Amino acid sequence: MKKAIITVVGKDTVGIIARVCTYLAEDSCNILDISQTITGGYFNMMMIVDYTASQRHFAEIRSDLSKLGAEIGVEIHVQREEIFEKMHRI
Amino acid sequence: MINISEVLETNTMIQRENFDVRTITMGISLLDTIDSDVKRTCEKLREKILERAEKLVRTGDEISADYGVPIVNKRISVTPIGLIGGSCCKDAEDYVRIASTLDECAKQVGVNFIGGYSALVTGGMTCADELLIRSIPEALSRTERVCSSVNVGSTKQGIDMDAVRLMGEVILETAERTRETDGLGCAKLVVFCNAPDDNPFMAGAFHGVTMPDTVLSVGVSGPGVVKAAIEECAGASFEVLCETIKKTAFKITRVGQLVAQEASRRLGYPFGIVDLSLAPTPAVGDSVADILKEIGLAEAGAPGTTAALALLNDQVKKGGLMASSYVGGLSGAFIPVSEDQGMIDAVKAGALTLEKLEAMTCVCSVGLDMIAVPGDTPASTISGIIADEMALGMVNQKTTAVRLIPAPGKKVGDMVTFGGLLGYAPVMPVNTFDCSRFIARTGRIPAPVHSFKN
Repeated sequence: MKKAIITVVGKDTVGIIARVCTYLAEDSCNILDISQTITGGYFNMMMIVDYTASQRHFAEIRSDLSKLGAEIGVEIHVQREEIFEKMHRI
Repeated sequence: MINISEVLETNTMIQRENFDVRTITMGISLLDTIDSDVKRTCEKLREKILERAEKLVRTGDEISADYGVPIVNKRISVTPIGLIGGSCCKDAEDYVRIASTLDECAKQVGVNFIGGYSALVTGGMTCADELLIRSIPEALSRTERVCSSVNVGSTKQGIDMDAVRLMGEVILETAERTRETDGLGCAKLVVFCNAPDDNPFMAGAFHGVTMPDTVLSVGVSGPGVVKAAIEECAGASFEVLCETIKKTAFKITRVGQLVAQEASRRLGYPFGIVDLSLAPTPAVGDSVADILKEIGLAEAGAPGTTAALALLNDQVKKGGLMASSYVGGLSGAFIPVSEDQGMIDAVKAGALTLEKLEAMTCVCSVGLDMIAVPGDTPASTISGIIADEMALGMVNQKTTAVRLIPAPGKKVGDMVTFGGLLGYAPVMPVNTFDCSRFIARTGRIPAPVHSFKN
């Protein structure tokens, strides 16, 4: 399984999760976990997705979501999961 | 499964606390490029470096994008050139030709430094080693990306004082030849005692003769992350402080391990080591001195600094060692002056002197690093400072080094500017009492006794 972590940070607005999920669904990325917090009006969301079935190259998903973020007015980062797994698990 | 607070913690380190992977360094053995003709040697080593490192920069950038962690530098280290040029270099100019070829290779593959214009002379210099050392000023003034180092002493062999004397002159001449850039050549020249077998961190990087043909090593950094972590334990006991540093060092080093393994897999060469260092940069918030302040000192250099640094260096090693399968290089906390805004401030405030820095090098990662001294400092005084630092390393069985910049035309209090990661530094005063009769003696200081420790 190829897992990626998507983080969305920005001002809270309607439809952020919907837009990101629509993109992922169209690209056959399966969402494994999703959590969010709102602190001081700022939206923090984290998604763990399985992109094994994606037709796109990882770099493409990254740049597509970054552009989508710019459209909505939030920052979207996509990172491979191993960096978090390595750092926080022995 | 990973949770949101862990994800935010990692990304805060990267985005706000200057966490980065400082370098992926490809070590390339040049032993198979040795030839009796200097032109042929240059051709062979060019061919090998260009072939091995062709994809290094691109791969580094790809890994950086995939994990969202900056990989600041991509670099190359090669077998000490003193060994490679031994059979073909008839004069210093022949060695400079090799240096120029290395520089061209570095530019062609896009790495910012290539290290290994080096000689290992702990037991004395061969003719080839001496030629290489004498060629350093010319080589560093004619090249942009070549880094040079000379290992002049070790715990097991003692100190080659002939090389120490020569290095004082070479450092002064290198500064003079690069006068228009405040002696920038000296920022790329390190004198070592107990240099590790293999070292991926510039400016002292070289590819060890005991290493496989091509390896990939990674240097991590992150003083800002450690500082932020210990801000959370203000006033806490030493136990809490040490545990916090260890945990943070573990996390930082794990990323280095990941990047090293990934670079090794993608480029198809073995993983060498992770150098788990706290290497500061001139960026605000990326300072080892700031960590010392956070531990409880008004400025780096205040009484207690050596103890605080010893604690920091040890915890970084303890945390990092478990995080990586192979640790090596110069692992620990670096204390360069010009590359650390907190150190620069401490010097300007009068808190930090050359003598205190010398004491700190007994417990830090390496040695006297990136320190600007007056341009009229005599060669014998520079050699004296080197000899002192080498003696600390020799007796204490640790790696020590000297990277001094006698800034041409500059006096105490003037500023010298190197730019980029090399930063800027106030010129520091040097003890002006003479040591020339000591330095004029020839031969070696014998290796010390390894028992009767007191």
